[in-house]
Amino acid sequence: MSDIVLEIKDLSTHFFTDRGEVPAVEQVSIRVHKGEVVGIVGESGCGKSVTSLSIMQLVPNPPGKIVSGEINFKGENLALATEKRMKKIRGNEISMIFQEPMTSLNPLFTIGNQMIEAIRIHQKVSKKEAREKSIEMLKIVGIPRAEAIIDEYPHQLSGGMRQRIMIAMSMSCDPELLIADEPTTALDVTIQAQILELMRTLNHEKDTAILFITHDLGVVADICDRVVVMYSGQVVEEGTKREVLKDPKHPYSKGLIRSIPKLHGREEKLYSIPGTVPKPKMDRIGCRFAPRCEFAFERCFEENPQLYPTGEGRFSRCFLYDKSEGDKTIDAATNKEATIGG
Amino acid sequence: MQQQIKKPLLEVDGLKKYFPIKGGVFGRTVGEVKAVDGLSFTVYEGEILGIVGESGCGKSTTGKAILRLIEPSEGSVKFEDEEITSLGPVEMRKLRRDMQIIFQDPYASLNPRHTVEKIIGESLLIHGTTSKKERKSRVKQLLEVVGLSAYHASRYPHQFSGGQRQRIGIARALANNPKLIICDEPVSALDVSVQAQVLNLMEELRDAFNLTYVFIAHDLSVVKHISDRVGVMYLGRMVELTGKDELYNHPKHPYTQALLSAVPDPDPDIEKERIILKGDVPSPADPPAGCTFHTRCPMAMDICKQVKPEFLPIEDNHFVACHLYHSEQQNISNNNLVKEGEHE
Repeated sequence: MSDIVLEIKDLSTHFFTDRGEVPAVEQVSIRVHKGEVVGIVGESGCGKSVTSLSIMQLVPNPPGKIVSGEINFKGENLALATEKRMKKIRGNEISMIFQEPMTSLNPLFTIGNQMIEAIRIHQKVSKKEAREKSIEMLKIVGIPRAEAIIDEYPHQLSGGMRQRIMIAMSMSCDPELLIADEPTTALDVTIQAQILELMRTLNHEKDTAILFITHDLGVVADICDRVVVMYSGQVVEEGTKREVLKDPKHPYSKGLIRSIPKLHGREEKLYSIPGTVPKPKMDRIGCRFAPRCEFAFERCFEENPQLYPTGEGRFSRCFLYDKSEGDKTIDAATNKEATIGG
Repeated sequence: MQQQIKKPLLEVDGLKKYFPIKGGVFGRTVGEVKAVDGLSFTVYEGEILGIVGESGCGKSTTGKAILRLIEPSEGSVKFEDEEITSLGPVEMRKLRRDMQIIFQDPYASLNPRHTVEKIIGESLLIHGTTSKKERKSRVKQLLEVVGLSAYHASRYPHQFSGGQRQRIGIARALANNPKLIICDEPVSALDVSVQAQVLNLMEELRDAFNLTYVFIAHDLSVVKHISDRVGVMYLGRMVELTGKDELYNHPKHPYTQALLSAVPDPDPDIEKERIILKGDVPSPADPPAGCTFHTRCPMAMDICKQVKPEFLPIEDNHFVACHLYHSEQQNISNNNLVKEGEHE
């Protein structure tokens, strides 16, 4: 697992709007190893989608711009890559699947047309070979009657089928990294289960690394190896799936996990984080989560916390884990939590 | 048994809603979409009945047909023992005081040109609160009840976040002290942390005002959290209905079993046997003959392709529409099912 496919270092993407500069992504660092599934979780507006678009250089510019940071993909900094170079990479070495299977296929062309185009852009093959490859890919993703479906138009297919086709298309050039931005959010649970199963199989068989962006912690538990939790443009917690979901460190992750209604077990009253997600602003002072945080103390409103290590490969952007604060705060937090939990 | 003492507030019997499909040069009706196809259930006073199902199963149409926001094609809807499908528009409007609805999309369900005061006040005015002063104070009171402040009354919908807008929608529904509120996916457009706030609010209000909810949603965990009883819909019909613990712990219908097993659980330690259904939901314009689920059902038998299973109780208050449980000849497959269940 030591081969790093993608390393994002201190990425900041800002939007320059009429109302001023909006920092959508601030100093985000994420690593993805070969064959690994990394989840980015967060609520709407936390910057998870902008992070993924930044990797692909697909942030609309203007108004969006990567203001600092590196995106190292196999030793190459994509933040500096030219558009020509990016066109070679997109769909070939890094592929992306979007949330809405309804809008990401062109309604005017047949499935075959679109798949063959994608293959022929990146590989020197004849139309016939590309068509055969497309049919083969459609079969892999479990499309019945692939030979017939390839000549159909997107509107003739259901949402689940379209998402399968998107996956087939994105996998057709054997990418090393697949970015999936909420790929199952628009689908029903039974169809979601099919798609997740398919992605897991592709991940195992082809050893493709997946960066999985979602707001659904259930999906994270299902498919991811490691999780990055984002809040208001920043990474607030990082760790393995088990660590983050079973033993979250950052107060936001804790709150988020506790506010999901559970399918198993019962609880009388649902925990809820007070307030709402803040809008990103420039030059904010203090922890982004402090106004909603039940553990917040003075320092949280005065200084920006950094990512403090909380274990092997684990980080939390919270002063509770700053060693200089001493053990007192952590104890206090644990005690407080115990009372709430009890 | 508890429910036998309780008084039924809403009784739905054989409700159907068919939408015509127009086609051809003359725009004639060439077919029908059977959005709701023979639905029967009872909602008791003070309870929360959850209705779950995937997109296109007819759950929202059911909600709207109960209030006659969509005119039902067939069947009877009784509210407090009064048949409402035959009521005239004036009587129906009077009745809507007692039956309210909260919509899914807090961005589309509030008029962007009206202030909150007007949005909430309008329903008060329609139902007879003619004094402006009275309306004003009632609006302020309602805003506080749903966790907003009185000064929010003069603002417009765009000045609020999604969660706050949903609170306004709830305040509007509460304005005339209704008895029944149909909640059509009230939290599915909201983020998890805000969703929890709104769910808690709805529970508090139920206790405070002795409300009855029909809670329609696609999210099984949300429905489990809030409901007392839960009904599962598939292609316009109800396939299973029972108390929530019974349904989530001992699902009987193969569709319910598959649906529950497909929900990803945020606890990584829960290993579950996943039943992955093949294919998609068939089109309601051309539903399969017999049991509509037989095309995807792992337990399908010959009889399922021909005979529509009836929606009957198999235990106290546990209704299932499945041949596995209704015919004696099928006891063998029934046993098999139980055994397979034990492996999980």
